[in-house]
Amino acid sequence: MKKIICGKVACNEAIARDIYKMQIQSPELGQAKPGQFVNLYLADKSMLLPRPISICDIEEGCMTLVYKVVGKGTKALSAYKEQDDIRVSTPLGNGYFIEGEELEHHTCDYRGKKVALVGGGIGVPPMVLLAKRLQEQGAEVTAVVGFPEEAFLIQELKGFCQSVHIATDRGTIGFHGNVLELIQEKEILAQEYFACGPKVMLRALSQWCQQQQLSCQVSLEERMGCGYGACVGCTCKIKVVTEAGVEIQQKGVCKHGPVFFGEEVAWDA
Amino acid sequence: MRKLDLSVQFAGIEMKNPVTTASGTFSARDSGQFYDIGRLGAVVTKGVASEPWAGNPTPRIGETYGGMLNAVGLQNPGADAFIADELAYLKQFSTPVIANVAGRTAEEYCLAVEKLSETDVAMLEINISCPNVKEGGIGFGTDPRMAAEITRAVKSVSKKPILVKLTPNVTDITEIAKAVEAEGADGISLINTLLGMKIDVQRKKPVLANIMGGFSGPAIKPVAVRMVYQVRRAVQIPIMGLGGIMTGEDAAEFIMAGADVISVGTAALVNPTAPVDILEELEAYMEEQGFKTIADIRQAFQG
Ligand SMILES: Cc1cc2nc3c(=O)[nH]c(=O)nc-3n(C[C@H](O)[C@H](O)[C@H](O)COP(=O)(O)OP(=O)(O)OC[C@H]3O[C@@H](n4cnc5c(N)ncnc54)[C@H](O)[C@@H]3O)c2cc1C
Ligand SMILES: Cc1cc2nc3c(=O)[nH]c(=O)nc-3n(C[C@H](O)[C@H](O)[C@H](O)COP(=O)(O)O)c2cc1C
Ligand code: FES
Repeated sequence: MKKIICGKVACNEAIARDIYKMQIQSPELGQAKPGQFVNLYLADKSMLLPRPISICDIEEGCMTLVYKVVGKGTKALSAYKEQDDIRVSTPLGNGYFIEGEELEHHTCDYRGKKVALVGGGIGVPPMVLLAKRLQEQGAEVTAVVGFPEEAFLIQELKGFCQSVHIATDRGTIGFHGNVLELIQEKEILAQEYFACGPKVMLRALSQWCQQQQLSCQVSLEERMGCGYGACVGCTCKIKVVTEAGVEIQQKGVCKHGPVFFGEEVAWDA
Repeated sequence: MRKLDLSVQFAGIEMKNPVTTASGTFSARDSGQFYDIGRLGAVVTKGVASEPWAGNPTPRIGETYGGMLNAVGLQNPGADAFIADELAYLKQFSTPVIANVAGRTAEEYCLAVEKLSETDVAMLEINISCPNVKEGGIGFGTDPRMAAEITRAVKSVSKKPILVKLTPNVTDITEIAKAVEAEGADGISLINTLLGMKIDVQRKKPVLANIMGGFSGPAIKPVAVRMVYQVRRAVQIPIMGLGGIMTGEDAAEFIMAGADVISVGTAALVNPTAPVDILEELEAYMEEQGFKTIADIRQAFQG
């Protein structure tokens, strides 16, 4: 059963401008797959809907989330203090396909495989847990992360990656440009790419991977109502091979995603 | 002490309690991951049409103070897929299923009703009140003549009791309620969402891709309670009351206003276990008040 649990805020601190790291403790927290998210249910009841946030890291009884203050809900979140109670769902959605069922076009054997994790802005947090799991599975992990000007979670990524490349839009740190330009310029080649970030970035990366015939998994984002499949609010368009040929179907980002293979996504539809 | 008896007879179906889910905010497989669906009096499923509908572009969801906006636009897989999938799955629970039906024309409503009549759904709820579809939908619900016409059409092909779901976006709700009663509706559910809109003043754009959408949640409850109260005094047929029910006491309020059963919509997005929590709270309220049956709640109201 999925549950809403009451966690305790263990820390909630700014790690960059408008970017906060929150740790939540609860004995009821289990494991999560990288790319899964949780719903945060705010104490202020004037804000009815939960806020979905990706899991940055999870260990026995403690979960780390990293979020950006963009509106009323995330502002309210930033005001939570140590020891405050917070209601949070158990992990939702499907994460990156890195273990379990082998798919026809994709294997989950990462021993000795070169992989690149590509994060843009607030898409970087889920890359931390992903890097950790892929490293455990024996992959050679490289991270390529892009930010407007200030970088965060670099130390955490370095713990699990062989190299971490940084790009900033204004060239304040690292490469001056976006992550795809950095990948192309530095020839950061891998057998498989994993990404989370703004749609334009996911789309460009996914198209580039398709040209190179490389596998690519992307985590999509959409405005959510429930976060668990009940409201049909969060759809995206996915190409599905049927007997009649390729057709475009609507899938729930919260339920069937948020992660999809890049080539499955109908970016223009 | 005599135990509580929450059972109700609703338009010919037996329900163990008056708590149901509201259409569009419940999915058997997904909601069922949070609680035992078998505990509910009945479930009302997501709107289904005779053929698949794609719905509206995203963003489809917005939030306002104490409420939300949605412009899902009745995305659904069509009656055949619904019967093969959601209905087949719901068979394992001992809970009556009320299937919500959408259409653009009287013929479309009838086609879906004919297909669903052949299944073991307990009842059909005809949505003539969706603000998110251009043709049909709300247009049928705002005109007493059209509301009557659809009711007559679906009654003539249905083997199941028919609930007609009304829109609050009208001047006189009792006029529409009387019109559908006169055509043989077995019950009425109200209210559907109010037509609403939100503008993102930072981006200077509407929040919803569809610009306008359906407004639901606790902010609309007073409108819903008022309409249930008015309709209860205008018609004889049973009423399913909904609109902003968040707690057991809210449920009791609708029953006092005249509802026979209630549905939980937006609350289930705010808290996935809301339908069963509200059932438990209603029981607690009855214990506290010394009420033994649902009828006791209604009879206690001095309005
Ligand atoms: C699966 C998933 C995982 C996410 N993971 C993270 C994460 O790890 N860290 C993080 O900071 N954010 C994450 N988000 C985005 C986060 O949910 C939104 O930023 C948050 O809900 C905004 O709430 P608010 O009340 O502050 O903003 P609002 O006041 O509701 O809106 C303010 C602004 O934020 C935009 N916005 C609001 N909700 C979303 C959304 N769901 N997606 C995109 N834009 C939105 C609005 O369009 C608006 O411009 C994730 C979203 C999804 C769907
Ligand atoms: C996301 C969403 C989808 C809905 N879809 C339907 C639908 O398919 N058919 C229908 O009759 N009503 C639909 N409704 C309306 C609800 O069933 C209900 O009438 C309304 O939301 C008011 O109740 P509430 O305030 O408890 O949510 C939908 C509401 C929401 C929020
Ligand atoms: S957010 Fe409700 S279905 Fe995805």
